[in-house]
Amino acid sequence: MPAPVVAASALTKKYKDFTAVDGLDFEVQPGEAFGLLGPNGAGKSTTMRMVGAVSTRTGGDLSILGLDPDRHGPEIRAQLGVVPQKDNLDEELRVRDNLIVYGRYFGISRSVVQRKADELLAFAQLEDRAKAKVDELSGGMKRRLTIARALINDPRILLLDEPTTGLDPQARHILWDRLFRLKEQGTTLVLTTHYMDEAEQLCDRIVVVDNGKIMAEGSPAGLIRDYSTREVLEVRFGSNRNADAARELGADVSGLGERIEVLPDRVLIFTDSGEAALETLTQRGFEPVTSLVRRSSLEDVFLRLTGRTLVD
Amino acid sequence: MSALTTETPGARSRRFGSWYVAEHRLRSMKSYGQTIIATSIGSPVLYLLALGMGLAGLVDKDVDSGANGPVSYLLFVAPALLATAAVNVAGEEATYPVMQAFKWNPILFAMNAAPISPRQIVNGFLIAIAARMLPTCVIYYGAMLLFGATSGAASALGILTATLTGMAVAALIARYSATVEEDKGQMAVIMRFGLMPMFLFSGTFFPLEQLPVYLQWIGWISPLWHGSELGRVASYGATEPIWLTVVHVVFLLAVLVYGWNGFARVTARRLGK
Repeated sequence: MPAPVVAASALTKKYKDFTAVDGLDFEVQPGEAFGLLGPNGAGKSTTMRMVGAVSTRTGGDLSILGLDPDRHGPEIRAQLGVVPQKDNLDEELRVRDNLIVYGRYFGISRSVVQRKADELLAFAQLEDRAKAKVDELSGGMKRRLTIARALINDPRILLLDEPTTGLDPQARHILWDRLFRLKEQGTTLVLTTHYMDEAEQLCDRIVVVDNGKIMAEGSPAGLIRDYSTREVLEVRFGSNRNADAARELGADVSGLGERIEVLPDRVLIFTDSGEAALETLTQRGFEPVTSLVRRSSLEDVFLRLTGRTLVD
Repeated sequence: MSALTTETPGARSRRFGSWYVAEHRLRSMKSYGQTIIATSIGSPVLYLLALGMGLAGLVDKDVDSGANGPVSYLLFVAPALLATAAVNVAGEEATYPVMQAFKWNPILFAMNAAPISPRQIVNGFLIAIAARMLPTCVIYYGAMLLFGATSGAASALGILTATLTGMAVAALIARYSATVEEDKGQMAVIMRFGLMPMFLFSGTFFPLEQLPVYLQWIGWISPLWHGSELGRVASYGATEPIWLTVVHVVFLLAVLVYGWNGFARVTARRLGK
């Protein structure tokens, strides 16, 4: 097995009395798409900043590409591509110039960086916007430009912090397509997200993080298999009646499913057959206002592990 | 080894990172290049016309300032205006551009994710300011020659003393601008209650000794006074003792180092390194 490109052991980050990252252990293999999944404030971005060699750890060990980020920051950062949570493109420069000035930071010659910039504009589907000002771009275009910028140095690891937060569905799918191509080319992806569909689409392996700690680790399918059921029946009885209905249902879940969760707007019944559970429920005299049978997702895994939803 | 460079990862960035940042900043300045050119040419012409042709017409007494006897008001005021031009560039480039690089246009965080250190970021910012300031001073000096406001080869040293003055002020302001996390009009305060009083009370338009003793300290702590006096020494010779000329240089260098180091420290803290 090749050496991991990222190896964290008891990785800890404290800010005075607050522990943002509380002893994380994980490894990322070369070419892997690895995800940190968790709600806002879980410690994902702090972890990414440490992996990106821009924030020093306060405890534990961390090795990036075999180097200690506390001592070899520039050498590590020279081999990373970083897509931050908030775009930090230079709004005073035009689209192509953003790529060129950034490439220069990696010591790439002017002639090479110009060729590379044109290749990346094509990859990001922004060729016709090369001379546009950055603030003329849509949110999705800015995100694609940020990803293109992160690829200017042919990074060995691409770090993506919440890459599609705030984008509309179409822009997200375009972005996922670009990231999927990178994955196919063998680029190691490390990403954080609080979108379960994003994690499922892009990640080979995931760690679920909450309050700075790892709650579970595995492939998306494996996590769903281990921590949820095959299907989920979502039923709504009206916001005033959900809790009462769940209490009555919860008294006897046999024939319905494994367990029941009550959310403010709906009741979730975890079962291997949603349709059968719905039929049983109707036979018992319950009349939900709406019902939906769907496959289990990582959202359900997170709910099971923490008792909370990802987007609170 | 990266396929895009022939050296070990980060090696070139360690050596040339400051210059890469300066290159970036100079490209950004191109977005307001017309303003830079207009002010670089317009400012000396307007000031020298107004003060040299206008105010100098009213001031019919020579100023007792030169090594070779009193000098005309135009000769007296021109070196200070040259230093002021450099300080104005400092005011423009070390206030909003530094603050916004952390906040509204947070390019420093992007640089920070590349193999560039906070010290290199700061170096690059200041190199770019100097690269804009030096030509501004050259143009101003050229206008002074045209207006007969200076003469002699030694007076060209005024370009360097003015740039040193401007850079000392730039480093000092940048040090402060880097600390501003929330805009509450601090930059306007720097302009109105920092640079403007400095302009008025630094012996720019009249010898500092004209002021009451209790106001002269403003000049003593003002980089602009030290820079103006150095410019006068270069332009028409000194009446002051040599040790005072040395004090001017040492003072400006000390302010430059203090501002530069502080700017680097604050930047490193805010970038989390």
